Amino acid sequence: MSDFSDLYQDLILDHQKNPRNFGSLPDANHHADGFNPLCGDKISLDMKLDDKGVIQDIHFKGSGCAISKASASMMTTVLKGKKVEEAEHLFHEFHDMVMGKIDKAPEDLGKLKVFEGVKEYPARVKCASLAWHTMDAALKNEKDVISTDDGKGSEG
Amino acid sequence: MTAPASIKTAYDVEKIRKDFPILNRQVHGKPLVYLDNAATTQKPLSVIEMEDRYYREMNANIHRGVHLLSQESTKAYEDARVTIQKFINAASSSEIIYTRGTTESINLVAQTWGRKNIQAGDEILISHLEHHSNIVPWQMLCEEKGAKLKVIPINDRGELLMDEFKKLVTSKTKLVSVGHVSNALGTINPIADIIHYAHEHGALVLIDGAQSVAHLKVDVQKLDCDFYAFSGHKIYGPTGIGVLYGKLALLNAMPPYQGGGDMIASVTFEKTLYAKPPHKFEAGTPHIAGVIGLGKALDYVTAVGLDAIAAHEHELLVYGTQALSQIKQVRIIGTAAMKAGVLSFTLGEIHPHDIGTILDRQGVAVRAGHHCAQPVMDRFNIPATARASFALYNTKPEVDLLVAAVHKVLEVFK
Repeated sequence: MSDFSDLYQDLILDHQKNPRNFGSLPDANHHADGFNPLCGDKISLDMKLDDKGVIQDIHFKGSGCAISKASASMMTTVLKGKKVEEAEHLFHEFHDMVMGKIDKAPEDLGKLKVFEGVKEYPARVKCASLAWHTMDAALKNEKDVISTDDGKGSEG
Repeated sequence: MTAPASIKTAYDVEKIRKDFPILNRQVHGKPLVYLDNAATTQKPLSVIEMEDRYYREMNANIHRGVHLLSQESTKAYEDARVTIQKFINAASSSEIIYTRGTTESINLVAQTWGRKNIQAGDEILISHLEHHSNIVPWQMLCEEKGAKLKVIPINDRGELLMDEFKKLVTSKTKLVSVGHVSNALGTINPIADIIHYAHEHGALVLIDGAQSVAHLKVDVQKLDCDFYAFSGHKIYGPTGIGVLYGKLALLNAMPPYQGGGDMIASVTFEKTLYAKPPHKFEAGTPHIAGVIGLGKALDYVTAVGLDAIAAHEHELLVYGTQALSQIKQVRIIGTAAMKAGVLSFTLGEIHPHDIGTILDRQGVAVRAGHHCAQPVMDRFNIPATARASFALYNTKPEVDLLVAAVHKVLEVFK
């Protein structure tokens, strides 16, 4: 038992050790790259959407800290099968949660609520949200690398 | 045999710690263990009180007023220049230019000396160890002029390859710009040899002293460097104030940096005559309080003694290196034979950002990241390191707390 269980919860440590949906998607139709210049975290995100706007598949690659890796991994497991609008909705809820903008994490975030502890660690908010910003950019197919320092993800 | 009493009492770190009020504070309920001194150092009371006193008692603009306050602030501002001159043993106080910090000092040289003297086909030589602030200004200049930036490679210990350096210096080399001490790895570069060799081949030398000036005695005349840049905040002084030393003959021949007040001899709409150095390079109202605070910081360092500081920090480095090396997952990055008090390390597969967070919660402040030296990280094939860096007020018990905190990281990630 450590003093850090609020941040490094077992589920987070599990996902960082064994990231799900890790790799690239050869038939992706949405893609974006994200970068956190503060710590050098990098993520490359591939998504495959069908013509109804449902996320058929989503994969990520990259290197980063435990929080950014686990956040990306868990995001992919949650978003598979979701509609674009649902994904955007979760992004906003997740963002508000880690920023500490809401007192209690919304129930529909489900297991993503394990990241609620991040709000107590302002220096780590960008780590948790990098994957989500990158996902948002991928949906919009933005060409530029998404940086947490360019105002796009200017938390913390 | 017993050591003379003078050695035993020469360095009283507990007495020094009392001079730094911030060291009393707690973070996350734990006593602060501040080991991020390569990023910025804490300030002694004498500096804090001087800044406070300046604004309470002396505040006035310099070089203009006939009134008493302006005379007092001008005197304090110019006295600090002499303090700095003596501290680095410059030949004249006119060779001491105030800037915002090392970054601006380097940019000043690039934008004035560089734009005047660098031409298409010329070469500027830096090293693989450089901080971004000693890379980017030269890249910008080279791009503008069609000049070429070349890089001295390093070995696996993080030391410059001096044979390669010698091969890289050619008749096209106009400037060699290298750090005295690497901020990411702590390597102390053989700058005396570099300066000597570069001069033999007709190149000027700029030394980035950001990481050295607080830890090693610097004598710019003995070194014979052409420019020396450093920051106040890394030597126990305020942020936002730094120094560029330049040889007077070079400064005289250089065009001004920024235009404005205080850098002129006379102005008409037809023609402006510039002031002499150093004022030629100091347009606008400067950071007067910062300058005076920096003077106090240098007084403090002089009183403790740089040789004593260097010996104390070296002891911490040796102790810390040994203690951290006991942990099998630790890989120390930067194992140069000549090193200043910087301990950069990785811990198995654990990302330095996670190390930094867990250390912070135990009161231990380190830097986690690429240290604005991404090429160094690339050279060692790592995205980042955790870095503990020592200052004159750090202690062996603090190193023990660092080591204990690193064990805690391993526990969280086991």
